[in-house]
Amino acid sequence: MKFFKTAWHNIRRSPYQALAAILVMTLTFLVVSFFTFLIVGSSKVINFFESKPQVTAFFKDEAKQENINALEDQLNSTGKVASMKFVSKEDALRIYRQQNKNDPLLLDLVTADILPASLEIATVKIGDLSSISDMLKRSSIVQEVVFQKDIVSTLINWTTAARRIGLGIIGVLSLVSVFIIVTIIGIKISQKRDDIEIMRLIGASSWYVRWPFLFEGMFYAVVGAIIAWLIASAALVYATPVLSAFLKGIPVFPIPLIFFLGLLGAELLLAIFLGFLSSFLAVLRYLK
Amino acid sequence: MIKLEKVSKKFGIGPHALSNISISVDKGEFVFLVGPTGSGKTTIFRLIIREMLPTEGSIVVDEWDIINLPKKKIPHLRKKIGVVFQDLKLLTDRTIFENVALPLEVINIKPDEARKRVEEVLSSVGILEHKDKFPLQLSGGELQRTAIARALILSPDILLADEPTGNLDDDTSWEIIKLLSAINEKGTTILMATHNSDIVKKLGKRVVSLDKGLLVGDAKGKHPEKEEEKK
Repeated sequence: MKFFKTAWHNIRRSPYQALAAILVMTLTFLVVSFFTFLIVGSSKVINFFESKPQVTAFFKDEAKQENINALEDQLNSTGKVASMKFVSKEDALRIYRQQNKNDPLLLDLVTADILPASLEIATVKIGDLSSISDMLKRSSIVQEVVFQKDIVSTLINWTTAARRIGLGIIGVLSLVSVFIIVTIIGIKISQKRDDIEIMRLIGASSWYVRWPFLFEGMFYAVVGAIIAWLIASAALVYATPVLSAFLKGIPVFPIPLIFFLGLLGAELLLAIFLGFLSSFLAVLRYLK
Repeated sequence: MIKLEKVSKKFGIGPHALSNISISVDKGEFVFLVGPTGSGKTTIFRLIIREMLPTEGSIVVDEWDIINLPKKKIPHLRKKIGVVFQDLKLLTDRTIFENVALPLEVINIKPDEARKRVEEVLSSVGILEHKDKFPLQLSGGELQRTAIARALILSPDILLADEPTGNLDDDTSWEIIKLLSAINEKGTTILMATHNSDIVKKLGKRVVSLDKGLLVGDAKGKHPEKEEEKK
């Protein structure tokens, strides 16, 4: 308690240094929060696609209904198809209108003629997707085959790249935060050099002198993490309607409270680690 | 109680700050360390509290072998020795009460107990009424008393006072000396560095004289005037 009191006293003595330390920590943890959202969200999207083995075949405009029926029979005969759904040009238009009902401009421009009819095929096993896809590609009435394996692998590539970039940025920002806190604590130690000398001469142990500085570093990091968590969580909650509409059908939202609490817990642990590390480095460097 | 044997101290490539000093101080003694500026008085104090190590020789304080004392034991040693520093070393942003309470804070004494103890000590040195003031609001004599109070707060066996009357007028100097004598009478061993020959003569205590780092005299307490005459 006494160490907290001394640390708090030190913080109040130089509010601008404290503000700088808290701001840089806030920035670091904002990036941590947003990349966590991105990585967790994209993982959920990938899981969703992976759990639904599906191929969509878009037909050429000249495709006749009897050719389509023949293709359906051919697919059924393989025994690999779990379900199949034909989406006509009119159905496609209806779906399009439903999805864009709030945007009249987009509705005016599109007619059933420009939308292709399609066949959505779910396979029994994810491993059957390739052979069904090949069969569809060989058909003369099929314009394009959208194979979710491609979507999943593209998503995985993007997520992996985002994760690497995110970790890189978090690493750099963490280093910057550590150096800034080392510098600030170093300045504080220099300012209190006389006090420290006196305390040592009257019998204070090294740890007695060190603890307030260690608490100070942890305080900056923890406050920065809490502020960043509040901002990031509020931003995510605020953006939920827009993101829900964008990820229609994919069960990402609403985000459970436990996720936010878990993130807060993880960020607090990271903050304590970073704060302790920074102030400990400062103490080692300036309190020999 | 305090034993320095063949102690020398050299700083860098300069001359010896102390050369081959041997002094032994018994429990309950009051010893003056006298000598001009640069004679090595403060260096002896700094060696006794292990602020530095001697270049040669051995120092034993009570049961502590200062030379071989592990670093982590230094705080324990310093809690046993009260020091009135030449420059007082009071924290200017803390009140007199807080300055005196600092050693108690370091050993984690409960606030209520600390308050009681600080008030007792401030009262014994006669500055209780100034406890809520800051060092800048006090006179030289009052600041010396504050430094003495802080040195006494842990009831040390040994008190080192480095020029405690240095910048004080005669009357105030005598008040400080009376205070130190009273502390000594209660059993605390005192080593006091001073320039003030009047005080040394009148008090009739043991006088250890230093000059340019050399021990030039060690006069027992009962005949300090004779020792001066010999010189």
